[in-house]
Amino acid sequence: MSLVMATIKRDLLLAGRNPGEWLNPLMFFLMVVAMFPLAVDPDPEFLSRIAGGVIWVGALLATLLSLDALYKADVEDGTLEQWLASGESLYMLALAKALVHWLCSGLPLTLMAPVLGLMMALPDDAYIGMLLSLAVGTPILSLLGSVGAALTAGVRSGGLLLSLLILPMYVPVLIFAASAVYHAGLGMAYNGQIGFLGAMLALSVCLTPFASAAALKLNLSR
Amino acid sequence: MANRYTDNSVSLSASELYCERDDRVLFERLNLTVKNGDLLQLAGPNGAGKTTLLRLLVGLNRDFDGDLLWHGEPLTQVFADYASQRLYLGHLAALKRALTPLENLRWLVSPWMSTESASVITDDDLWQALEDVELGGYEETPCNQLSAGQQRRVGLSRLAIVPAPLWILDEPFTALDVAGVAWLEARIQQHVARNGAVIITSHHALQNIPSLKRLDLGELALGGGLL
Repeated sequence: MSLVMATIKRDLLLAGRNPGEWLNPLMFFLMVVAMFPLAVDPDPEFLSRIAGGVIWVGALLATLLSLDALYKADVEDGTLEQWLASGESLYMLALAKALVHWLCSGLPLTLMAPVLGLMMALPDDAYIGMLLSLAVGTPILSLLGSVGAALTAGVRSGGLLLSLLILPMYVPVLIFAASAVYHAGLGMAYNGQIGFLGAMLALSVCLTPFASAAALKLNLSR
Repeated sequence: MANRYTDNSVSLSASELYCERDDRVLFERLNLTVKNGDLLQLAGPNGAGKTTLLRLLVGLNRDFDGDLLWHGEPLTQVFADYASQRLYLGHLAALKRALTPLENLRWLVSPWMSTESASVITDDDLWQALEDVELGGYEETPCNQLSAGQQRRVGLSRLAIVPAPLWILDEPFTALDVAGVAWLEARIQQHVARNGAVIITSHHALQNIPSLKRLDLGELALGGGLL
């Protein structure tokens, strides 16, 4: 257990030393959403209808951008070898890595979203819904994505492969989350969508670390 | 202090190990035992399978036939116990270049931080260990500003603090200077004299250790064996 805690601490420390690695996806998110009103009809009524979808697509792609590096360095510098040699449960370690990834990507994305909501003329009623959907949805993105990152960690340019593997799994999250924001904007109930996202989150917390752990073992059994 | 490792008995044995890579038999019918006070050097030309055998003994690679026993029980069943009793220094140092030696070391020894049987590792121990490998003054310098040999020393500083009786070292002499080599040799001698056990792959000729056993993997392919 102490190795898990030490890994969380070390990875957060690393994120603090190399802020570029987690700031880049955030900047990407900001730029994508900021460009939209310029490129399409800047009419607030039109923007408010697509706001939820645009913000969610931006958040999803930004997450995907940051996933590639999740395990790559650990495989290359021998960290993974030490994990496996330590006999510590890889399940917990995979969960810890996903947690750190969420803290460095999903959480700041969620905190940044209200500002982007302003840019996209998001309806006032939709802010709570959007924050809820991001708070519940982005951890799913981190957890699902960490499986793909674990599978492609040993591949030299695995970025494209990673996107191909992960994007189909992201689609349900995107559909429910964007629909939650849209319905919140119309003043309708959106607890069904959030509930569904919550169920997906519970499932992925339980199951994805198994898949990540198995994929990480594959990387080393050469 | 002299008997630091007497309670921690080492008994690792392999019998009838068989391993092949890319349709090439690396070793077959390989038997070996490692007990307290043993120093086993795996030798052989490049590509003979030294590292493969080492990774097998560490438990990283489970793609083999035969039995690996720790105190008479299969390695996979007592892996947590085995892992806490052996220290593995791989080819890769597992260092994060943006972090300082102290921060790296803290992570590297963390698996042994909570074992209440062993004495608790304090920050002072970490500073002392870095001092021992002549990294005094570099404790707070990011590793990417250190030389290859100094980075190697960060990993080696674990030898002084981790309370594991069995060391498994993969080419530990790489990138070390003359003084570093002498220090590491002395460290290994001391560990063996204190009843610890060491398994090492190296082309370096280890001297002054009476209990040195050599396992030549190149000859093994011709049908030899050990013990």
